Amino acid sequence: MNPLASCLMVSALLFSVGLGGALTRRSSILVLVGIELMLNAANLNFIAFWRYGPHPEALTGILFVIFAIAIAAAEAAVGLALILAIYRHSKTTDVNRLDAMKG
Amino acid sequence: MVWIVRYLWLIPALPAAAAAVIAFAKQRQRRLAATLSIGLMSCSLLLALAALAHTFSQPAVEYVNFPWIQFGTEWLKLGWLLDPLTAVMLVMVTLVGLLIFIFSVGYMAHDENFTRFFCFLSLFAGAMLGVVIANNLLLLFMCWEIVGLTSYLLIGFWYQRPAAAAAAKKAFIVTRIGDLGLFLGMMWLYSLSGTLLFYDHGAGCLEHSAVAAMAAHVAAFGLTASSGIGLLIFCGAAGKSGQVPLHVWLPDAMEGPTPVSALIHAATMVAAGVFLVARVYPLMAASAGGGPSTALEVIAWVGAITALFAAFIAIAQDDIKRILAYSTVSQLGYMMLGLGVGGVAVGMFHLITHAFFKSLLFLGAGSVIHGCNGEQDIHKMGGLRKLMPITFVTYAAGMLALCGFPLFAGFWSKDEILHSAHLWSVSAAPYYMGAAGALLTAFYMTRQVCYVFFGERREAAEAVSGHAAGAHGISGDVHESPVVMAVPLIILAVFAAFLGFIGTPAWPWFQGFLEGRRAALDPGAFAGSGILPLMAVSSVIVFAGLGLGWWFYGRKPIVSAGAPDALEQLQPGIFRALAKRLYVDEFYDATVIRAAWWGSQLFDWMDRWVWNGVVQLVAWIVTGIAWMDSSLDTYVVNTGFDESCKGFVQGGRLMSRLQNGRVQSYLRVLGVALIALVLLLFWSRKG
Amino acid sequence: MTTPFVILAVVAIGGAVAAMTMRKLVHCALALAVCFVGLAGLYLDLSAQFVGLVQILVYVGAVVILIVFAILLTRNDELPAQTGRTRFAGVGVSAVVFAVLAWAVTAGGAKMGAAGTPPEAAIKDIGGALMQRFVLPLEVVGLLLTAALIGAVVIAMEEKQSTR
Repeated sequence: MNPLASCLMVSALLFSVGLGGALTRRSSILVLVGIELMLNAANLNFIAFWRYGPHPEALTGILFVIFAIAIAAAEAAVGLALILAIYRHSKTTDVNRLDAMKG
Repeated sequence: MVWIVRYLWLIPALPAAAAAVIAFAKQRQRRLAATLSIGLMSCSLLLALAALAHTFSQPAVEYVNFPWIQFGTEWLKLGWLLDPLTAVMLVMVTLVGLLIFIFSVGYMAHDENFTRFFCFLSLFAGAMLGVVIANNLLLLFMCWEIVGLTSYLLIGFWYQRPAAAAAAKKAFIVTRIGDLGLFLGMMWLYSLSGTLLFYDHGAGCLEHSAVAAMAAHVAAFGLTASSGIGLLIFCGAAGKSGQVPLHVWLPDAMEGPTPVSALIHAATMVAAGVFLVARVYPLMAASAGGGPSTALEVIAWVGAITALFAAFIAIAQDDIKRILAYSTVSQLGYMMLGLGVGGVAVGMFHLITHAFFKSLLFLGAGSVIHGCNGEQDIHKMGGLRKLMPITFVTYAAGMLALCGFPLFAGFWSKDEILHSAHLWSVSAAPYYMGAAGALLTAFYMTRQVCYVFFGERREAAEAVSGHAAGAHGISGDVHESPVVMAVPLIILAVFAAFLGFIGTPAWPWFQGFLEGRRAALDPGAFAGSGILPLMAVSSVIVFAGLGLGWWFYGRKPIVSAGAPDALEQLQPGIFRALAKRLYVDEFYDATVIRAAWWGSQLFDWMDRWVWNGVVQLVAWIVTGIAWMDSSLDTYVVNTGFDESCKGFVQGGRLMSRLQNGRVQSYLRVLGVALIALVLLLFWSRKG
Repeated sequence: MTTPFVILAVVAIGGAVAAMTMRKLVHCALALAVCFVGLAGLYLDLSAQFVGLVQILVYVGAVVILIVFAILLTRNDELPAQTGRTRFAGVGVSAVVFAVLAWAVTAGGAKMGAAGTPPEAAIKDIGGALMQRFVLPLEVVGLLLTAALIGAVVIAMEEKQSTR
């Protein structure tokens, strides 16, 4: 297994863990945590491909990841703000109880 | 066309119009009803007299035909005609009718249904006059039926009395039986001759060509068509004119008010049958080889039998009107005998004279009943000669005329009949029957007069009943009738006495008039062909009858009401049988009525079980089909539909589980979709 | 598969697993931080020094803190676990995803990936690229961050109790 493949495997594993957690945990904050993990797994993928892929001098991978981090951070902020607002409204962060969109 | 012939239809139309107007009047508008009836009847009388005057100068038949109904390409025509026969009937009906109308004003004064009475009377007059002027057998039949209807209405005028209602029904049904024969004759006539018009420019069914054809045509049993039709028509005439065996309704018809009995059941309606035979006489008389036709023979025999039969029964009756009723039946028999043996003139002469003296007798009887406050049993009358003189004199005149007392009207007319019977080529038996009948006639009339007018006044032990609204108060208060009732009696008495003179052998004006020839005054005719001997024999018979009657009933005045009849004491068995009208009604009851009853039971059973069963079956089938349909609908259609709906609902429920509002399940679905898409991508690239 | 790589990978994955399975939320947040640190190390190992340091700055320094604050402000620490079916389904799906990804990686036939000379990623070059080639995304991201900032503040703001 070449270094690229091992990096990709790690990233795949991270992604799956993040997905499993997002699907399994009951607290909405932990769902967000899972999403962050998935994003990070994607970032790792990008860096790995920049490192072992063609034209690393274009710095495309790095810049992509920089932007991705920025956006992920913004999204995390907004998401957590949303969770706070929801918590204030319904006094819960349990995803099972937040089913007002049912039907 | 002379105006009187063109407007002849007014004669029946005026009284009919009076009836129509009165029908809408209120019961208390009595003066209107009476005035209208009498007024329009007088107009009809004047028109009839004008018609009679016209026929003096123009004895040939004149007629007006008009088309009525079209069926297919043929037009059914109706019409009216004027000839001497028609003219004398018109005058007789209108004159007698008018006198009786006037009489009724007094007689029915206390009846609360006065207006209805005059309505029916006028309708009757219109219909009877229609029968007289009809030129079409169908039109005659239609008016005939209306006459029957009004007879029913008038017999049952006091319909609250069960006897009256039953009598009306009986009259209608019995005459209906006769009318069936008339209708069959009509249809046969139409099928053979193609027309029902009597006179129609040579094409009418009474005109020479048609009659000759029918006389030549031989139907069953060697009977010519003309005789067959004639006999069928005679059935109708026999019903209306009370010939044996259809005479049973006439005595019962006395339940009606006396003016009705006088007008309808003495003078006019019963004469309609005789008139009908006279009208279709050319048909009746036509025979293949000269000599009397079968139809006329039968008519003569039936007439003779009726004359004798009814005279016997009249001897033993107690009700003043019933005696006169049976007398009417007997005299109608004489008229039919006259038609059969002697021809139209002979029969019609007696019809005209009979109309006058019989209606006189009935009105006189009505006067007696009115004066005795409703009593009708002769045993309970008596001594009225002094108490009701005018009635007595006029009644005596009528009675003598009826008996055939020499020189009175009935003498001449009855003698014509007996003379023709004596000369009849077929048999002399009718002559002897007629003579015996004359004897009996004198006898029973004497009996009646002795009981009613002679002897001591006998009163009923119980209170009076019958005659409507006894406004004369206390019984025993016998009084003469008022002027309005007495005057018609007097007028009719004059006719009864003197009318016969228009038909004596010395001056047979009447016969000549009817046959369309001039008759000269010829006293020498008395000497011809055995007339004088016959007249002598007839007179002897009359005197014998009167004498016998006086011997039994007049010698010793009858004192008590309960005393047995003199004749009854002599021959109780025969007398009782005669009093019971020779059990004819009982015979009919046991046979015809019984059969009808059984028939009705059968049909009732059929209706209840057979037809009803069929209907029930159909209903049951339909209900069964409906039930099947309903259960099909409930169990199959509904259930199927419900199940499919449930399936839908369940499917929906299943699908809605996807939308549970939970983010994680949505995410899960996304994950699965992602996997699927990726795999799809790879496999498509690989392939 | 050099040793530093393996260690860092284990740290990252271990931290991730811990973050996703621990009971207490705060422990999860801290485990997440560990994971991020491991990831940063991996970036450094892959010669993307700038990114690694940015990772620590942003993720460990800001995002995790943010998460901790959120956990603080919402007091639902001890939530019971999901129902068996949901857990099984979720784990199943993630396992299948991993399987697919792993198969894609191994069977993909990547023609690259040989370890070559590590590239030079000078910060000067990164800055130059940002300002020249990627200036538009830069501005947009700036805008995005502003919007996110304002949005987060607005959403999380206490609503005034309107007494009308």
